[in-house]
Amino acid sequence: MLRYALKRLLSLMISLAIASLVIFAVIEVAPGDPASFMLGINAQEDTLAALRAELGLDQSKLQRYLGWVVGMLQGDFGTSYQYRTPVAEMIGDRLWVSLPLAIYALTLSTLIAFPAGIYAAARRGKAGDIGVMGATQIGVAIPNFWFAMMLVLVFAINLRWFSAGGFAGWDKGIFAALKSLTLPAIALALPQAAILARVMRSALLDVMGEDFMRTARAKGLSRAQALRRHGLRNAMIPVLTILGLQFSFLLAGGIIIEQVFYLPGLGRLIFQSISARDLIVVESVTMLLVFAVIVMNFLVDLAYAAVDPRLRARA
Amino acid sequence: MSLLSVENLSLSIRGTSILQDVSLQIDAGEVVAITGESGSGKSMTALAVMQLLPDGSEVDGQIVLDGNNVTAMDEAALCRLRGDIVGMVFQEPMTALNPVQTIGAQVAETVRLHRPDLDPATHASEVLARVGLPPGLIPMSRYPHELSGGQRQRVVIAIAIACGPKLLIADEPTTALDVTTQAQILDLLVQLAREDGMGLMMITHDLAVVAQLAQRIIVMQNGAVVEAGDTPALLTSPQHPYTQALFAASNHQVTLPEIAQTAPLLRVENVVRDYALPRTRLFRRPATHRAVDRVSFDIARGERVGLVGESGCGKSTLTRAILGLEPVQSGSITLDGTPVFSGGAPDLTVRRRMQVVFQDPYGSFNPRHRVARLITEPFHLLDTPPDNTGDRIAGALTAVGLSPGDAQKYPHQFSGGQRQRLAIARALIIQPDLIVFDEAVSALDVSVRAQILDLIAGLCVQYDLTYLFISHDLSVVRTITDRVLVMQAGQIVEQGATEAVFTAPTHPYTQTLIDAAPTLPASSKTKVMQ
Repeated sequence: MLRYALKRLLSLMISLAIASLVIFAVIEVAPGDPASFMLGINAQEDTLAALRAELGLDQSKLQRYLGWVVGMLQGDFGTSYQYRTPVAEMIGDRLWVSLPLAIYALTLSTLIAFPAGIYAAARRGKAGDIGVMGATQIGVAIPNFWFAMMLVLVFAINLRWFSAGGFAGWDKGIFAALKSLTLPAIALALPQAAILARVMRSALLDVMGEDFMRTARAKGLSRAQALRRHGLRNAMIPVLTILGLQFSFLLAGGIIIEQVFYLPGLGRLIFQSISARDLIVVESVTMLLVFAVIVMNFLVDLAYAAVDPRLRARA
Repeated sequence: MSLLSVENLSLSIRGTSILQDVSLQIDAGEVVAITGESGSGKSMTALAVMQLLPDGSEVDGQIVLDGNNVTAMDEAALCRLRGDIVGMVFQEPMTALNPVQTIGAQVAETVRLHRPDLDPATHASEVLARVGLPPGLIPMSRYPHELSGGQRQRVVIAIAIACGPKLLIADEPTTALDVTTQAQILDLLVQLAREDGMGLMMITHDLAVVAQLAQRIIVMQNGAVVEAGDTPALLTSPQHPYTQALFAASNHQVTLPEIAQTAPLLRVENVVRDYALPRTRLFRRPATHRAVDRVSFDIARGERVGLVGESGCGKSTLTRAILGLEPVQSGSITLDGTPVFSGGAPDLTVRRRMQVVFQDPYGSFNPRHRVARLITEPFHLLDTPPDNTGDRIAGALTAVGLSPGDAQKYPHQFSGGQRQRLAIARALIIQPDLIVFDEAVSALDVSVRAQILDLIAGLCVQYDLTYLFISHDLSVVRTITDRVLVMQAGQIVEQGATEAVFTAPTHPYTQTLIDAAPTLPASSKTKVMQ
């Protein structure tokens, strides 16, 4: 197991190194000079040169790449071209919104999807199964921003249980902060839960056709016991794959939901930075998201091995 | 009163009749075999006793097991019965165990369910030791993938007997195993039944397997019992025509024509095939597993050669090397003097002169193509496909006993035996110099197998075939080949004229294989000969 983990860790490092190169290269070839953007089109050539020197834009590509990577390793992400504040601080503030939101949404989605998928699989072809599958079909089809607006309409405007947008801040207490994240988390979670429930159901149905489930029944286990004790763990591999993908999506892809609820999250930060050509912020946030995705995949790989002894052996 | 009494059992699944009026009895301590070809209803009879029938099953009749009328019991009572009064062993040990649980946990679970008074782990270790897996040798913390097929089947047996059931049902328990392992597992089952006074219901398609073990044999066909009786009587004088036909097919012999010429065709010299094992250290060369170890043999034109050996002995690897599908590490394989694999790629001009027929008649055809397209696929190997494709298709289909009109059908419209005929037609259509039959009759029922063997013998007369016939079934190889190669752990340990090798083997491994292979007693053979 340790060998397996070390191998996955090595692969994680290599992925990160390659990703940083690709991100740097892509941003590098993107047109537009941050210095002239910051100073406007009427700027003097020598002022531009001075600013470029200050920002380090006059150095060689290799120097700038190394500077960027070493800085990031030390927690220094550079200074925003637009706001002249450390990028690390900007990202830190936003991360405290986006990360809890993603975890909140993923927890909700799992809590809904697992029971729904198991219930549907256990009642295959019966009314309960058809009901759950119909509901997930709708869940997959509904765009989450529309669903988000419906949530605002019902729970914020009519019932006044939640505020329609904005983030209370963690200094107002965990409860207040979580309360302001609840509607966005639900809006993000439901479509994900619908997908996850369908995956859970089909993975379980595949497992139920396996020979070892028949062995379990022949031992004297009831259908439900066999499903719980032997089916569930074997069905976890596809479910974990989807869970990992969903977390990555939730962290970075909540941009529309962040707009709808006016949340100061990472999605909004990257959107604003792209519009303002604040390339150093774009670069850093992208790298951070790549880091999150790769770390998530690493965790999913470890979870695979925890679930399935054959994967541990293969490493 | 019998331990198990099945009276007039009829079963239909979603309107399709599966069993009709099946009646049978098994007494405590008795070994009873149920035999018949696929679709005869033998497995469904067993599942009906367990009440583990597929959804949509309708049962009529009565099944009384140890005084319990199982057809009238509710699910909770059945769960108490399964694993306690009746245990079941399945065909496929590779998939019958939960891959993510240790073997100890899987055996202990049965104990925990039915014997709350016992310590599950202690009792599980005792049961595993009893089936030949003492925890000192095979720790209970092993996972199924860390065991061999025979060891896994022992775990399945341990699960089934953990609570000392009165009836043990074994559904084709050795079909997926090698002959030597098969003999051990059969001995174990019978020994356990004898020690515990269990009734043993043994389901098998292979009469030879049960001829020595069972006290009584029940023969089923199309969901009905056609004949039942004491083993010696049934083997010596089968009454029902189907039983007689089944015996005849099990012992089916073909007559091959004399070899016309003896010019060498395929020459395999000192062939070595290594597979790289997973890397253990980053900068160390990975270790290798030698699957084929300095193998040499010739096949002359017109010769029919058999290759026998147990799973993992390197048969399949050697076959792939001969067909030029994989490179070899040293040695040479030439067909008519031309290497089959040269310059890092298979030589297509050589490959078109060899064709192969695989084991699985279901998996080896693209289900979306029509027969005409499927069997003309080897034409793609030719630079100029023949103009008279239609005639060639009709000719090949006729040669294998199908009709030219079948060319427009899809594979699913044919039975397993017919599909194997199609596979042979596909191999024949470009008139190859060498055909490789890779376990080509292993998946077929005995009567169908007999027909395909007749077909191959007939084609030998018609086309002067040269072939390499790979099989784990010694009785088939004995009748369909002139010469035989015996392979063990990557090496050919014995080769010679088939009859000579089988009557007087010189290598101990060949002797072991022959001894382990179940055969029908001579008395039934003489009956068939008459």
